[in-house]
Amino acid sequence: MNDSVIPVVEKYIASQILKQPNRTLQPAEPLISSGLVDSFSLMDLALFVEDTFGVRIEDTELNANTFDNLAQLASLIESRLSK
Amino acid sequence: MTTFTGRLQSHLARTPERAAVTMQRSGHPDFDITYLRLMQGANGFARALEKENIQPGEVIVLILQHGEELIYSFFGAVLHGAIPAIMPFLTEKLSPERYRADLSALISVTRPAAIVTYAEFESEVRAALTEDDSVRAVIVAEKVEVLDETDFSSLAGMTRKPEDIVLLQHSSGTTGLQKGVALSHQAVFNQLVAYSRVLGLTESDVIVSWLPLYHDMGLIAGFLQPILMGVRLVLMSPFDWVRAPYKLMHSVSQYRGTLSWLPNFAYNFCAHKIRDRHLEGVDLSTWRAIINCSEPVRWESHHAFYEKFKNYGLKPEALQTSYAMAENVFGVTQSGLARQPKVEEVEREAFMTEKIARAANGRPAMKIMSSGRPLPNVKIRVLDEKGNDVPERVVGEIALQSDCMLTGYYNRADATGKAFLDGWYLTGDFGFVAEGEVFVSGRKKDMIIVGGKNVYPQDLESLTYEVPGVHAGRSVAFGIFDEEEGTEDVVIIAEVDSEDEAEHQRVADEIRKHVTKNSAIALRYVKVVGPKWILKTSSGKTARSANKEKFLKELA
Repeated sequence: MNDSVIPVVEKYIASQILKQPNRTLQPAEPLISSGLVDSFSLMDLALFVEDTFGVRIEDTELNANTFDNLAQLASLIESRLSK
Repeated sequence: MTTFTGRLQSHLARTPERAAVTMQRSGHPDFDITYLRLMQGANGFARALEKENIQPGEVIVLILQHGEELIYSFFGAVLHGAIPAIMPFLTEKLSPERYRADLSALISVTRPAAIVTYAEFESEVRAALTEDDSVRAVIVAEKVEVLDETDFSSLAGMTRKPEDIVLLQHSSGTTGLQKGVALSHQAVFNQLVAYSRVLGLTESDVIVSWLPLYHDMGLIAGFLQPILMGVRLVLMSPFDWVRAPYKLMHSVSQYRGTLSWLPNFAYNFCAHKIRDRHLEGVDLSTWRAIINCSEPVRWESHHAFYEKFKNYGLKPEALQTSYAMAENVFGVTQSGLARQPKVEEVEREAFMTEKIARAANGRPAMKIMSSGRPLPNVKIRVLDEKGNDVPERVVGEIALQSDCMLTGYYNRADATGKAFLDGWYLTGDFGFVAEGEVFVSGRKKDMIIVGGKNVYPQDLESLTYEVPGVHAGRSVAFGIFDEEEGTEDVVIIAEVDSEDEAEHQRVADEIRKHVTKNSAIALRYVKVVGPKWILKTSSGKTARSANKEKFLKELA
């Protein structure tokens, strides 16, 4: 599952948030703590994930403690999909 | 005329148990701070300052997040006759080293006598201090107690005069050389009296705000105005709002909120990022004015906001505009609350080339929304480059005069002198006047306004030069308007010697990381290019507007 979630989210972050469509992101590359994804874009990312995968991300979860990289975000999505 | 202390005393005498502020914090129950509690909490800080031998008239820097301590320490400084200045708290985005450097620079100009912060941040603050600087005390907020006393007559602040400076409000900017706008008691009250008349403010109003208090819109409109005018304030944290913007609507609905102030981007943010599932049962019909200011105002943003919330009782005439700045305490203009702000359709060509806002009459047009009329105590002029008045509908620099102007930029007589021309304050904003209404159309300086925050491109460019591979003078930063976000996106272009794509990518990442860590500004576009991409003027200066045009052409 990780294999299909990561590229979708990666593509969204690269093209919509970073505006560098060719940019690749490592699964463990910090997104929030590094400042790559700021608080406004984080909201966009959460909405994208909700719409694309049909899972909910609560506003209390929008911080680097819940997920800070693609791998963590993918696991979060997966754990909710399997419920 | 009165002072802050005198006004608080009269609220205390009249309505000690009335809720001055309802504090909201995510994960905690709401709680009311009455005028009595406010005075007692502030008194604790006033006594703590006294104990540290801080003198009336000295500056106290407050480095605290939204919360009781911030409110009490602010008014505690006032009760002691000292001058509070609220500074932004360190965010996880900004590097501590940069924060420390900025704080040191601020201390060297503002020369505060004390700093108030949290226990956990004390060592960070102390690291910014030097032996021979002005700071004599670092006060830990948690150690200051709310005192039970109810007699405040012996407080040093009781003897302050209306013309004395009551607070400093620092302009934004990423380097330490921010200007501290010094305001007197008199100036603040003159503003509040004039502004509240235009708003038709009464004690039955409820102001709901999530704005940070280190910015004029949050500090004046969303903090001092309600507390000093006896209007209830529902105050939430900016951090809670940005993660859950729907909470603003919940607060308005729950507390029957009537007034809020928002920067333009927040209209788009709320319109696009709030889920309908979070709005069930929300009633916005009490909201009589949501006032757009501190960024260029866009009718498209109002439209999007209205469309999103009209089914929840929002009235179309609730969407209003203002033009405001710290140097005038806050409001310069305000749209009339009875109807929607005027939107002018001007001929695009004439506006772009001749700087004239001529009615379009069927020709290709652009829409510009009015910021309303000057407040009753404010006079406006529009000036050309030589300082002469221009006719109605001709774009020039907006200048103003009022009885609520700043006393000066604190310890910056040089900057104060430069800001005025024959007694008129030069705003640095471009705009025009039509039928008595003020339309703001741009800025004199290349300032970027992103999410309500002013950013100087030269600060971002200097940071870019610190990245290995980028040479000094070979970077350009500017803002481009983002229709979806309702604010500007920050663009940085940097030249390197290499033409290699992978190398460009690597440097771009470095720039993004370095600039964000040192400015807390998120960059949207970072473009690294080979030699000779950046356009220079004949004198070798970087021409930001020409490079912006080139960038936009390549993007299209």
